[in-house]
Amino acid sequence: MSERLRTHAWPGTYDGEAKPRMGFFTDTSICIGCKACEVACKEWNRVPESPQGFTGDSYDNTVDLGANSWRHVAFVEQRKPLGIDAAERSLAEAANLDQLVAETGLQTYQEGDGLRWLMASDVCKHCTEAACLEVCPTGALFRTEFGTVVVQEDVCNGCGYCVPACPFGVLDQREGDGRVWKCTLCYDRLKDDQEPACAQACPTDSIQFGELDDLRERARARVEALAEAGAERAQLYLAGDDDGIGGAGAFFLLLDDPEVYGLPPDPVDATRDLGSTWAAAGVAAAALGAALAAVVLGGRR
Amino acid sequence: MSATTGATRPPQRSYHGNPVIKEPIWKPEIPWYFFTGGLGGGSAALAYLAELGGHEQLARRAWPIALGGIGVSPLLLISDLGVPHRFLNMLRMFKVTSPMSVGSWLLVAGGATTTVAATNALTGRLAGPARLAKPAAALVGLPISTYTAALIAQTAVPAWHGARRELPAIFAAGAAASAGAAATIATPVRHAAPARRVALAGAAAELLSVQAMEQWLGAVGEPYHVEQAGTYARAARALTVGGALLIGAAGARSRVAAAVGGGMVLAGAVCERWSVFKAGLQSARDPKYVVGPQRERVDGGRGHGASRRALDGRVAEGAR
Repeated sequence: MSERLRTHAWPGTYDGEAKPRMGFFTDTSICIGCKACEVACKEWNRVPESPQGFTGDSYDNTVDLGANSWRHVAFVEQRKPLGIDAAERSLAEAANLDQLVAETGLQTYQEGDGLRWLMASDVCKHCTEAACLEVCPTGALFRTEFGTVVVQEDVCNGCGYCVPACPFGVLDQREGDGRVWKCTLCYDRLKDDQEPACAQACPTDSIQFGELDDLRERARARVEALAEAGAERAQLYLAGDDDGIGGAGAFFLLLDDPEVYGLPPDPVDATRDLGSTWAAAGVAAAALGAALAAVVLGGRR
Repeated sequence: MSATTGATRPPQRSYHGNPVIKEPIWKPEIPWYFFTGGLGGGSAALAYLAELGGHEQLARRAWPIALGGIGVSPLLLISDLGVPHRFLNMLRMFKVTSPMSVGSWLLVAGGATTTVAATNALTGRLAGPARLAKPAAALVGLPISTYTAALIAQTAVPAWHGARRELPAIFAAGAAASAGAAATIATPVRHAAPARRVALAGAAAELLSVQAMEQWLGAVGEPYHVEQAGTYARAARALTVGGALLIGAAGARSRVAAAVGGGMVLAGAVCERWSVFKAGLQSARDPKYVVGPQRERVDGGRGHGASRRALDGRVAEGAR
């Protein structure tokens, strides 16, 4: 059902102008939380300021992705050492294990008080099955020749449907503007064979830009190396083709479960249930008609 | 605030308790539109059927109600847009994957046909076009009453998407109750018997379908019972039951009782739509409703494999 109903919006429709699918691999294990990506994105894309005040949530005053934040660096402070559930062990045991983790020499583990500081630069996932694009009634959201998902600012009428459709909470309406804005994966730069501003500004290459196939290969090697080094919870997020969104153009290497970073652990494109949703609405409409006919006409005698 | 620090692992983790998905940005126009669309669509069907059944007095009143409901709906929707003067962009294309696109075209068709039908019912003009427009308006009115349920279900909002099979029934029942109640108010009691029956049947169906949704949704349905959504739901039930009892007991004798009862059923339908709307906002706002069921799926081996850990030297699916 979903195959048939899926929108015709893949680069294949570009024929000869189709380009390889481009994307981001964000390796959070080497993110240092400098926020250069946030700044570079704002400067290049002329994204307005997003003053959220002081949150007190570690070093994160950006809070989330939105109309005025197309990159968002998350900061998570954990006392629990890598792969060890301290609550289930005695303090002595936990301290001993702490030592073990320190000896493995993992770079993200802060020595001293046993605090682990996770940082991750979040961004629009440029889903293969993009719910925002599917529900957009105006066609403002479209699939580019690079396989990315972009909002056309001269078409969007601010209906707001894409906002709750996105399983990642990426899109939002810009105040005083009324339209919806999000990461374009620097569509303008891609057209000139330039890498997106965030990836170029990233000093540690935590944000890597390239052809999706290459990035996935690189990511698999990296997560295996990390696992071997003892990062048991290291995981690739949205790096396959068979998840609930058919894979993402922007995927991540995480050191803990997705929800720890504010990411949904099992996102699904609502379009997959389009058939049953329309069927229920159709049956209800038919039942309404039949019931009205029975009640109005049936009582005539 | 932070759920990830401390020695004990909380049952569920989140990023500083922040929402995972965005709360819908729709303004009060939208739940009101759910009501006016249902009222207008249901009234068009009621008016046409009343004509078929020879209830001329009832039909002559139900057609203008249909036009009122369907006429005010686009105004509410345009007012809700971030860029209202771009409302015509809704008709740039037709997309079956976007219930909002489908609905825009339904409203165009419903608006045109209902205008012709109501003009004929009030003035006697346009008799030729009305012969086609009346059944068409009645037919289009039915999906106008229910597609809004598909619209909100087609999102990542747990309380809405989880109720995708149940919501259309509630909206259809609410449309019948609204149409019957409005016609009961507008029509002299001796001509309003079919309208009263529709109001009572609609009210009963609305109460039953809400009850059924609560049974079937289980934990996913929690947002419908708490905070503002819960308050609206209780108000909806009280108003619908009270209005239906009043119509049933005295609606056939007293125009005042019919009007008050009809008003209560209408108010109940409004409150029910507000309850559904608020439940969606509440479930989007709280990460426990978003992350909880997803984490359960992953841990229960029913996940879609978004996260894969490196195990035994290769990347394999695994939760924890």
